[in-house]
Amino acid sequence: MKLDTTGLESSAPVWGSPSELVDGFSAAPFFELPVTTDFDGFQKEAIQMVKPAKGTTTLAFIFKEGVMVAADSRASMGGYISSQSVKKIIEINPYMLGTMAGGAADCQFWHRNLGIKCRLHELANKRRISVTGASKLLANILYSYRGMGLSVGTMIAGWDETGPGLYYVDSEGGRLKGMRFSVGSGSPYAYGVLDNGYRYDMSVEEAAELARRAIYHATFRDGASGGVASVYYVGPNGWKKLSGDDVGELHYKYYPVMLSTVEQEMVEVAGA
Amino acid sequence: MARYDRAITVFSPDGHLFQVEYALEAVRKGNAAVGVRGTDIVVLGVEKKSAAKLQDSRSVRKIVNLDNHIALACAGLKADARVLINRARIECQSHRLTVEDPVTVEYITRYIAGLQQKYTQSGGVRPFGLSTLIVGFDPYSGAPSLYQTDPSGTFSAWKANATGRNSNSIREFLEKNYKETSGQETIKLAIRALLEVVESGGKNIEVAVMTKEHGLRQLDEAEIDAIAAEIEAEKEAAEAAKKAPPKDK
Repeated sequence: MKLDTTGLESSAPVWGSPSELVDGFSAAPFFELPVTTDFDGFQKEAIQMVKPAKGTTTLAFIFKEGVMVAADSRASMGGYISSQSVKKIIEINPYMLGTMAGGAADCQFWHRNLGIKCRLHELANKRRISVTGASKLLANILYSYRGMGLSVGTMIAGWDETGPGLYYVDSEGGRLKGMRFSVGSGSPYAYGVLDNGYRYDMSVEEAAELARRAIYHATFRDGASGGVASVYYVGPNGWKKLSGDDVGELHYKYYPVMLSTVEQEMVEVAGA
Repeated sequence: MARYDRAITVFSPDGHLFQVEYALEAVRKGNAAVGVRGTDIVVLGVEKKSAAKLQDSRSVRKIVNLDNHIALACAGLKADARVLINRARIECQSHRLTVEDPVTVEYITRYIAGLQQKYTQSGGVRPFGLSTLIVGFDPYSGAPSLYQTDPSGTFSAWKANATGRNSNSIREFLEKNYKETSGQETIKLAIRALLEVVESGGKNIEVAVMTKEHGLRQLDEAEIDAIAAEIEAEKEAAEAAKKAPPKDK
């Protein structure tokens, strides 16, 4: 999103140059707007129709050793579970991860686009882009599409020269820096477990276990979350996938079936 | 409008871009400018024509800030310089806005050089008639840098360089006398280089110094005069030392 410099340009038209300043990805698109009596209402309806519910649970937090990122893997269309094996943690580049919540296509496409931009930045400037810069690039793009029906609620997690970085970016154009985030319909449940168990100086194993538990508890109560709880760790050498556990199996791991004594045992009565 | 789409800069049969070479001529007629990179400091010096009596000398600053940590001096058409400097300043802020980071010296030099190149390959415009010396500190590593651009749009990093009038003599002097210096030594080297081609005195040169902590600082006339006097004294001492030993034998 470049500042408007037309006021300071020389008056002689420089032919050929305007097209170089606008590349296909970052220019705000424009198309004919529909003619209706109630344009605002129409827009709202259109957005509601296009916007899929953010049925998911994703979370990320910064701790002493780096960033922990976790997500479930269920995709739902209303009450129908369309998939139990969706990759919701997107690998932007070897040291940056993005999470997916909202429209799957929107998240996947724009994260890949962000990956392209990060690589171009590296090539042009001979140094990696910071997490701050990458999240800002994404936020600016999403802002320019504001109101056009994109549905993206993502967290950008990475490790750069200044250490671990975590940003929340959404399709309203918002961008927040923070230590702990959870996004999606299961996020209230995940926050409960995460906020309760969080300490800054945890080890990598402790943090992974906390993340796993938080996702599990969210999938337990939220119908739109489920499948596999994936846990990734971002450290100084890049990201690494730590685990991917089916939440059904996690349930029995955390709450194993206990054999209990019965007070009254039912026996078959022979005959009458 | 159709008259403005024909290119002004076209190739000659033997592969020259004459407009660009004529622009370099304009640079060669401009005021001398010198830049020296030290280990913790960068210095820019520019030849100043003696100000007309009624002119307010503060309005003709030749060494300008592009951002808190980057400064620029140039030789050539000063009006072209103003346009280029404005665009560079906007780009510095635009970069801060889009990636939340200050520009590196290399980035802004690449931008300015790119702009200069664009004007050698567009219809209806002529190249910028100036070469710039850009100095600054890398926002992360704190390393000092000095870069030079020219009307053709090429740029490169230098330990010390000069541009403008008599730049060849200044560069020769720098090649002979350059060594890694810091602080006051670097300032002295820059002023010595400039004094090779400019009449001595604080009112004929403008010097600015940039450090990581304090940013850009313009030296005032009294300071420059003091350093020039020091340089004179050192020169005389060196001359005397050269003459003395044969007599002792």
